[in-house]
Amino acid sequence: MALRGCLSEYDATVATGFTVTAGYPGETLCNNNPVFYLNHGHDRHMVIKTENLRWQWPDQSTTLAFPDIRLPSGDHLFIRGPSGSGKSTLLSLLSGLNRPLEGGLEVHGQDLARLSGGDRDRLRADRTGVIFQQFNLVPYLNALDNVTLPCRLSAIRHRKAGQPQQTARTLLQALDLPADCLTRKPSTLSIGQQQRVAAARALIGAPPLILADEPTSALDTDNRDRFVRLLLDQAAANGSSVVFVSHDPALAEHFTQHLELSSGQESRP
Amino acid sequence: MKPALALSLAAASLWHRRRVLLLVTLTLTLSVTLLLGVQYLRTEVRQSFSNAVSGTDLIIGARSGQLNLLLYSVFHIGQATNNLRWSTFESLEQDQRIDWLVPLSLGDGYRGFRVVGTDKRFLDHYQYGDGQPLALTEGQWFSDLFDVVLGSRVARQLEHQVGDDIVLSHGGGRTSFVNHDKHPFRVSGILAPTGTPVDRGVYVSLEGLEAIHIGWEAGVPAPGRTLSAEAARERALTPDTVTAALAGVERQILTFRIQRDINQNDAEPLSAILPGVALSQLWQVLGQFEFILLAITAFVVVTSLAGLVTVLLTLQSHRHQEIAVLRANGASPALIASLYLLECSGLALLASLLAAGFWYLLLALISPWLLEIWGIAISLRAPTALEGALLAAVPVAGLLVGLIPAARAWRMGSRRGAWGVAEDMTG
Repeated sequence: MALRGCLSEYDATVATGFTVTAGYPGETLCNNNPVFYLNHGHDRHMVIKTENLRWQWPDQSTTLAFPDIRLPSGDHLFIRGPSGSGKSTLLSLLSGLNRPLEGGLEVHGQDLARLSGGDRDRLRADRTGVIFQQFNLVPYLNALDNVTLPCRLSAIRHRKAGQPQQTARTLLQALDLPADCLTRKPSTLSIGQQQRVAAARALIGAPPLILADEPTSALDTDNRDRFVRLLLDQAAANGSSVVFVSHDPALAEHFTQHLELSSGQESRP
Repeated sequence: MKPALALSLAAASLWHRRRVLLLVTLTLTLSVTLLLGVQYLRTEVRQSFSNAVSGTDLIIGARSGQLNLLLYSVFHIGQATNNLRWSTFESLEQDQRIDWLVPLSLGDGYRGFRVVGTDKRFLDHYQYGDGQPLALTEGQWFSDLFDVVLGSRVARQLEHQVGDDIVLSHGGGRTSFVNHDKHPFRVSGILAPTGTPVDRGVYVSLEGLEAIHIGWEAGVPAPGRTLSAEAARERALTPDTVTAALAGVERQILTFRIQRDINQNDAEPLSAILPGVALSQLWQVLGQFEFILLAITAFVVVTSLAGLVTVLLTLQSHRHQEIAVLRANGASPALIASLYLLECSGLALLASLLAAGFWYLLLALISPWLLEIWGIAISLRAPTALEGALLAAVPVAGLLVGLIPAARAWRMGSRRGAWGVAEDMTG
């Protein structure tokens, strides 16, 4: 098994008040015990906990194996890796859209491998925000309605958002979306504007986890950094954890936790 | 499942694609209008057929089939095989069981309309529809030998008024080479529109018909043997024959016995028919064609629905992204499938409602015109149960064919790897 998850030993005291250490099996540089250590002694709630996670594409013999992840709620995780390393697949497993071939997968304290498809959909609606690389928006809903969509799919998100319309306006404003874009259809917005609308949608109703799959790949450098900062600021305000996937190492500095997937993830069972 | 959300998303999606969907919905609307129209007219035509004559218990003519007798005596279609001797008519008048008898004498025409020789009893006893009697809108029933009363359509189409002189033609065709031009008739009255063949009749007295045919025994006027109008008025003009007779029987229980007696008449071979039975037999013949027409129209609707689904499926191939976004935000595959079901059945429902609106609008606009110009009475009424069922069947059919895109959406939403879709899944 060629598991080469990255090492990330990072002092997060400044940001979160305690230090986290991450380690993966087979890594000489870190502890052999594949867990995050919380240095203040009491086990904080984990928003993601995976163990020996493996995935196999339909009609393919190769399996993807992922390093174990333990992400305390409120922390942000940056996942970097080249094409083919399974970044999107990992996010789809974390979102509950796909079920792992084997391994433990606990998100929001729930064993996703054991939940039914409907339960996973409900859990995602209630507790996870998702941002794709592009084409994030429902084409026939305007920006505001796209943002409030999660509140219509989940009563919990609705309740936490208070007044969804008002909250959506506030979020979009915080994300620097021009006011005249609020009622426009996605097709009339720039890519950068569309991604900020998608970010607002992932943030609304303060879900404990936000999965972002290369949301900045279509943006230029200035927009990219601004987007990541705005997203993380708003997530911090909400107390949401962000799992951010990118092939762009320049973004890593914004994150407390790092995970690197290598292209050699495949292994034959 | 969130029905309110599904409804609002489906409505927004339809509105978003309105330009593409407008045409296909319009096609469906027109075909449903056609379906409703055919069924509506079927009901109306059947109604107007059975409305043509009422209150008449027996139609009596020379021996022939009952359809033939019905067609020439009531609908002015076709020819009588033979006539009824006047003596026989008189003996029927003597029959105590028969309360009234109306003579009908056919054979001449007036610019394509049939001339009917009869008398005052026609006005008094002929009924149509739900037992409605005839009425005159202008003038009065004929009293002079050369008076004529016109059906409403004859008067309207040929723009005749009371007091006009008209010349009848010998024979029933639209163009006749032999005209009764020595004996012009004067219009004494015009009947109110009925929506029945009565509107297409030209009514004169039996004696008038007799008068203009004196000297015509060979079918053309024999020189020197015809009568002048003045001379005709002097003479006693009793017809030798009539074409048919309408009979009213007050004690209906006797109708069948009278019918049997007439059919077994020794003096002359006669036929007596029950108009209601003959009408329903006529309808059985015509109804076949009407039904085939309805079936063809139903196929047109099915074709339109197939077109609708084709368009929806084509649009769907561009909607992977939208499905991925909805799924990522926690929408279940069932919710996504229901979107497609709602869109398809929603469009079918819209087409159904539009079609009903179209049809009634059309009817309100053209039905007065139809009655006035063509003498076709089409009433504005609520849809019958069958028509309502046809209208309701369209959205149901839309729901059924919507299962195709819905099942596809379900598969797209629930298959493994539905993440971002356009993205490289292994990336």
